[in-house]
Amino acid sequence: MNLTQHLAAGGAGEHRTLIVTLFAVFVAATLGLTVWAGRQTKGADDFYAGGRQFSGFQNGLAISGDYMSAASFLGIAGAIALFGYDGFLYSIGFLVAWLVALLLVAEPLRNSGRFTMGDVLAYRMRQRPVRTAAGTSTIVVSIFYLLAQMAGAGALVTLLLGITSEAGKILVVVLVGIVMILYVTIGGMKGTTWVQMVKAVLLIAGTLLITFLVAWRFHFNLSALLGAAAENSGKGSAFLEPGLKYGATATSKIDFISLGLALVLGTAGLPHILIRFYTVPTAKAARKSVNWAIGIIGVFYLMTLALGFGAAALLKPATITASNKAGNTAAPLLAQEIGGGAGSTGGAILLAVISAVAFATILAVVAGLTLASSSSFAHDLYVNVLRKGRATEKEEVGAARWATVGIGAIAIVLGVFARSLNVAGLVALAFAVAASANLPTLLYSLFWKRFTTQGALWSIYGGLLSSVLLVLFSPVVSGKETSMFPGADFAVFPLENPGLISIPLGFLLGWLGSLLSREAPDAAKYAELEVRSLTGTGAH
Amino acid sequence: MITAPNADPGQHDPPDYRQVQSSPEFAELRSAHRSFAFPLTLAFILWYLGYVLLSSYAGAFMATKVAGHLNVAFVLGIAQFATTFLIAWWYSRHAAARLDPRAEAIKARLEGTAATPPAPVRAAGAPKDGPEQTGVQEAGA
Repeated sequence: MNLTQHLAAGGAGEHRTLIVTLFAVFVAATLGLTVWAGRQTKGADDFYAGGRQFSGFQNGLAISGDYMSAASFLGIAGAIALFGYDGFLYSIGFLVAWLVALLLVAEPLRNSGRFTMGDVLAYRMRQRPVRTAAGTSTIVVSIFYLLAQMAGAGALVTLLLGITSEAGKILVVVLVGIVMILYVTIGGMKGTTWVQMVKAVLLIAGTLLITFLVAWRFHFNLSALLGAAAENSGKGSAFLEPGLKYGATATSKIDFISLGLALVLGTAGLPHILIRFYTVPTAKAARKSVNWAIGIIGVFYLMTLALGFGAAALLKPATITASNKAGNTAAPLLAQEIGGGAGSTGGAILLAVISAVAFATILAVVAGLTLASSSSFAHDLYVNVLRKGRATEKEEVGAARWATVGIGAIAIVLGVFARSLNVAGLVALAFAVAASANLPTLLYSLFWKRFTTQGALWSIYGGLLSSVLLVLFSPVVSGKETSMFPGADFAVFPLENPGLISIPLGFLLGWLGSLLSREAPDAAKYAELEVRSLTGTGAH
Repeated sequence: MITAPNADPGQHDPPDYRQVQSSPEFAELRSAHRSFAFPLTLAFILWYLGYVLLSSYAGAFMATKVAGHLNVAFVLGIAQFATTFLIAWWYSRHAAARLDPRAEAIKARLEGTAATPPAPVRAAGAPKDGPEQTGVQEAGA
């Protein structure tokens, strides 16, 4: 049966009430937290960095809350449910990527930066051009990522609330946007961090519950679960092997390598993740928070196996795709099934719980993204570029709050257009842009003494433009049924993920731009950055 | 007047970072970080890309059954998780033993805590207390 129709027909009025109630409780509780945090938010240190007083464990939890987005929860579960093993490949890339952050980025960034990624990128360079570039790429990456979260929200609403009218869906996207704007403008980084911690606990608890119930159903036998999934999927043992999604053609195989590269190199270039390292007092605490995050996120991704293969084993493939073409609603559907099926009380309760958790996930992540982009707008673009560093702290925080409203509005508008895309795929694009535009500059800045302003600009703009243009001319945007504009076809670039081209290009341009630079690298500034980043001297 | 702060780095800030950068203590710290983090990063990225390439181009090998419905693809996937946890633990152990004490010694010297008598004793004699102390001071500041 088509669940959406079933719900829309009114058979699930009480389920809907339950979902809305649970969700309202979460929103009310987190808004309360936000107001409480907002009262303690006075200066720029509080608004941007939560006062730098969070412990390694708290920040690890918040990082997990920031990172385990709707893409992980809904997108990966859906991708596994539809494509089997190939969906699991996402989880692995998303996790391994944390090692780049741990070994090369987290500690030096904490030691040498203040509020934004741009602080470190522009440290040795001429401030205005590099800040402009860093601010631009921060905002572009965050908007790509926001788009994915908004798409997830749209898909969930269609399923859960039985809202099928366009006006209803748009209303929900607008509501999500307003709540996230409230979180960030009122609570700043402190409020956002608490929302992310609460969300991480809820998400882990919800996922553990479903994982346990799926494991129980299959007598804690992973092999039996996989076997049932393979059989029920109608694809047999191919479902458990790589290749269903990416193995079809030579192009899709290359696409998969491109995706893998973007995933593993993207995390350490995501601005909303990087600014989380400023919320702890020292580099050691930053290291500790990454370790906690790796533990929590790793366990979570292992559980996506149970979610995805559980959905494949217990639901008909047609049920999943009928509800959402891209599979984004497989996890909530599985929750309903494992609780007793459509129409049962257990099923209704679990569906409501998991849906509320998914909503909470989206809200917490969009808040983090909005904070990252409005911080960068205010600190990098407004204060350091437009006002040349001459703005009071009050003006700066005011600008950040207004930027939040503006970016929130942009996210709402874009969210309306992106509903049919697979959420995990969209996030992979954000990773590709981050890996191409931000990571090369970050690594060169920290570790290469001959890096120059021109190198930084070539690398950021080159990585950014190449990845965005390649996406624009890829099947993600046009030429396929699942494209953003299925009616048009200007997809001249065959790969869905641009990483394979744009990441090496970002690194190459940074190197070439520095070598061809007429201006000598600033040796004194590099000495300062290197000493500070490795020792923590003079850290904020 | 103009050269005084640089000529006398022990007491005044800002410190002469170029002098610190070329000091043997700093060279040791840098090489302790780079010689560990750089090869390890290269290694785990190659191991991950190797796994990605196997998934794309060695379908038959990855499909080999190991136990029940578990095949090589799953075993290698789980192994990626295991090595990630292992590397995180290994790096943290290396950092605590080789990086933190060196970084804290240089930082203490630069921030002038070495000028007051108790600080160097604490930093050298009880390295476990040193970092916590600095962290708290910094947090309070």
